[in-house]
Amino acid sequence: MVRATAAVATPSTQSRHPRAGVVVPAIIFGLLALLPPAALATAHGYLLDLFTRVMIFSIAACALDLLLGYAALVTFGQAAFIGLGAYAVGILASHGIGDALIALPAALAVAALFALVTGIVCLRTKGVYFIMITLAFGQMTFFTASALAPYGGDDGLTIASRSTIAGMPLLDSPLSFYYVALACLLGAFLLCRMLVVSRFGRVLRGAKENPVRMTTLGFEVYRFQLVAYVIAGMISGLAGFLLANATEFVSPAYMSWQRSGELIIMVLLGGMGTLYGAIIGAAAYLLTEEWLSGVTEHWRVIFGPALVLIVVLARGGLIGAVAEVARRWRGD
Amino acid sequence: MTEPALALNGLCKHFGGLVVTDNVTMAISPGELHAVIGPNGAGKTTLINQVSGLVTPDAGSIILAGRDVTDLPAHARARLGLARSFQITSVLTGFSALENVALAAQARAGSSFRFLGNAAAEPMLNAAALAALDEVGLADRATVAAGHLAHGEKRALELAMAIVSEPRLLLLDEPMAGTGHEETERLIAVLHRLKGRFAIMLVEHDMTAVFALADRISVLIYGRILASGTPDAVRADPQVVAAYLGDEME
Amino acid sequence: MSTTFLLVQTLNGLQLGVLLFLIAAGLTLVFGVMDFINLAHGVQYMLGAYFAVAFYSVTGNFLAALLLALAAALVFGIVLEFLIFRHLYGRDHLDHVIATFGIILFLNSAVKIVWGAAPLSLPIPEALSGSILLMDGLLYPVWRLVIIGSGLAVAALLYVFVNYTRIGMLVRAGSTHAPIVAALGVNISRLFTIVFGFGAMLAGFAGVMIAPILSVEPGMGDTILILAFVVIVIGGVGSIRGAFIAALLIGLVDTLGRSFAVDILRLVMAPSPARTVGPAIASMLIYLLMAVVLYLRPTGLFPARGR
Repeated sequence: MVRATAAVATPSTQSRHPRAGVVVPAIIFGLLALLPPAALATAHGYLLDLFTRVMIFSIAACALDLLLGYAALVTFGQAAFIGLGAYAVGILASHGIGDALIALPAALAVAALFALVTGIVCLRTKGVYFIMITLAFGQMTFFTASALAPYGGDDGLTIASRSTIAGMPLLDSPLSFYYVALACLLGAFLLCRMLVVSRFGRVLRGAKENPVRMTTLGFEVYRFQLVAYVIAGMISGLAGFLLANATEFVSPAYMSWQRSGELIIMVLLGGMGTLYGAIIGAAAYLLTEEWLSGVTEHWRVIFGPALVLIVVLARGGLIGAVAEVARRWRGD
Repeated sequence: MTEPALALNGLCKHFGGLVVTDNVTMAISPGELHAVIGPNGAGKTTLINQVSGLVTPDAGSIILAGRDVTDLPAHARARLGLARSFQITSVLTGFSALENVALAAQARAGSSFRFLGNAAAEPMLNAAALAALDEVGLADRATVAAGHLAHGEKRALELAMAIVSEPRLLLLDEPMAGTGHEETERLIAVLHRLKGRFAIMLVEHDMTAVFALADRISVLIYGRILASGTPDAVRADPQVVAAYLGDEME
Repeated sequence: MSTTFLLVQTLNGLQLGVLLFLIAAGLTLVFGVMDFINLAHGVQYMLGAYFAVAFYSVTGNFLAALLLALAAALVFGIVLEFLIFRHLYGRDHLDHVIATFGIILFLNSAVKIVWGAAPLSLPIPEALSGSILLMDGLLYPVWRLVIIGSGLAVAALLYVFVNYTRIGMLVRAGSTHAPIVAALGVNISRLFTIVFGFGAMLAGFAGVMIAPILSVEPGMGDTILILAFVVIVIGGVGSIRGAFIAALLIGLVDTLGRSFAVDILRLVMAPSPARTVGPAIASMLIYLLMAVVLYLRPTGLFPARGR
């Protein structure tokens, strides 16, 4: 007799410690929510801008983790979508259109369209070809933006003021912008989480492990990967919208391949395939960069080799290292 | 007279100068268990790959339940009711046994472009999966990660994944490969229970299994069908004995 | 749009193509044989230029500087391989990407510390510094012809080397059947080191040759690296022949595209928008070419093997 109710599948998304999947994000978002009052009370107001940046890049890192950690799509061009979102804001602003109700959908649409068109080509390739062609398309946006003289070209474009929301200057104060960014990050995180456990996400996760198997089960893997690619592109476009507003400036540097590389590092540092790891990694990367660049102008000389060491020695990033330490301490 | 579950007409495939499939014509009736035997290198896996759509034939046609699928990609054929298992175990090791089968069920149960809800908790898919696992004797191993199953259990899991969606045609590529005596017996019992429910093309080396299960047998040598018929007829065929069975039968 | 201009730009395109080939050859060899993506190949090109500048300031002689720089590039490549890369063979491509990315960060910074951020220059040797009259009205810099010539010579040498020498045969075999080659008693690890060092030397050579024309500065390898990737992706990863053809194709398309984009666009639109849109479209040309090629042939034009 088969008891259908008894068996509940253990999703592959759950690590051996399912509570971590709830506790860690709760702690992260709790801390982020409490940061502004704490910072302002202790006269560390500059932390607001710093952590707003952390959150903006965390949004893009989450999107990248969706591709890297769950769909096994190693894309080296994700920064392009951030840049496209940012330029949507910048270009519209330079023509006098400064409201988020137009700029945000525009940013999302441009990012989605670029993701769709390039994804159609990129996803026909695999492995190293995929890495290189996403890299190349990312650079294409960089060079194209650099060549757009009316919009600043190489030097970039200043934005007169932050986007208004339905006419109201809700993004102008650092405090309100911080909480808007936090809300966006929470939304992006929950969206990615939802996608990962859904039917759609399960197909992606299966294809990550064995695409041929999935094909013979009846799944057209290409289409699923393309949709994931477009969604991740759109989420990164949102990050770009926020970035343009945060700095009130857009420049081709936002889409450089160095930026794409930095995004990958953020995801790896935190631990691929957990989503909250991407947030931790983004924070670790940007905070370290902030600290080190205060110490020396040549901080990359230290950072570069550190990165190499991390890759060669520590699989699984920070989360992996912490998990490993925890495991040994428990004596598993 | 019902149309065959599978009809192959003049299938040809060569890799460079090597002819791997040489004008293969055969038909499998619904509910029939048709074994394909032959020495290593005879082209059996390539044949299965052509039928399932992973390899494109150079000539010939593949008709699945009356429909020409020769130009259809693999995933489309799977959606038309073609299921297969692989010679080298291809279960998804990161998922539990139940989720492997539930995923197989999901492929034929409506759209997978659903972005809401927890797929792992869908009662219909899980029930179907559990039923399939029960058929192959793995019900009590449902929550184990597929990567932690024993080899024979993985082969049974592959079978469960193939049968969960009630396929029209089941392609089994050496399901007994590498299994011990007990597990082989178990798999033979399972296949015996499944006989008649769907058409099965069974590629196997294990002659005990083949002669215990097959309704008809085709012998593939150097990509060509040497003989085709009932087990007794094939066993007695002198050409077959000379070319293949003489070495295989103890 | 005069014929002279067209010819000059065509030669420039060939020069760029030849340069790209020198860089892409090493990149595709390393990938073909060791399955290793080396993003740091661009900094090896940059180091070639910097080494040449450094040795020139010591010796005052271009040829000496060139030879010393090649030696230094070779040594540096071997050291990198020995210290870091050989621990990464067989690992996920993502690991290669991140590790070599870290090396780029490090070397771009290190170069700034040692030589400063200001662009440096390397003078063309006296004898080769003029322009030569190729045909009526066509004056072309001798040095650029030297680059084209030396690049083609290297291509010919590579062809002979890979197809007619024992090591070349090992390289070809190692790129498709490394374990078997190892089992036959060949020191695979030494082969890999040789291949890597050689690739680094090729990139360094390109850096030295281009240094007199471009300015030598930190990060100069980054842009050319992307182009090299486009070359090997179009040509087919692992294929030197593919890299050669793709490199020339890209050199020509990019150079001619940039030169004539605005003019061609002026045929269909007003001058002002053409001047705005032209450069942007010119930048995109080679990527569009890459997209079209990959759409039709996802593994490039001459894939060395089915990857």
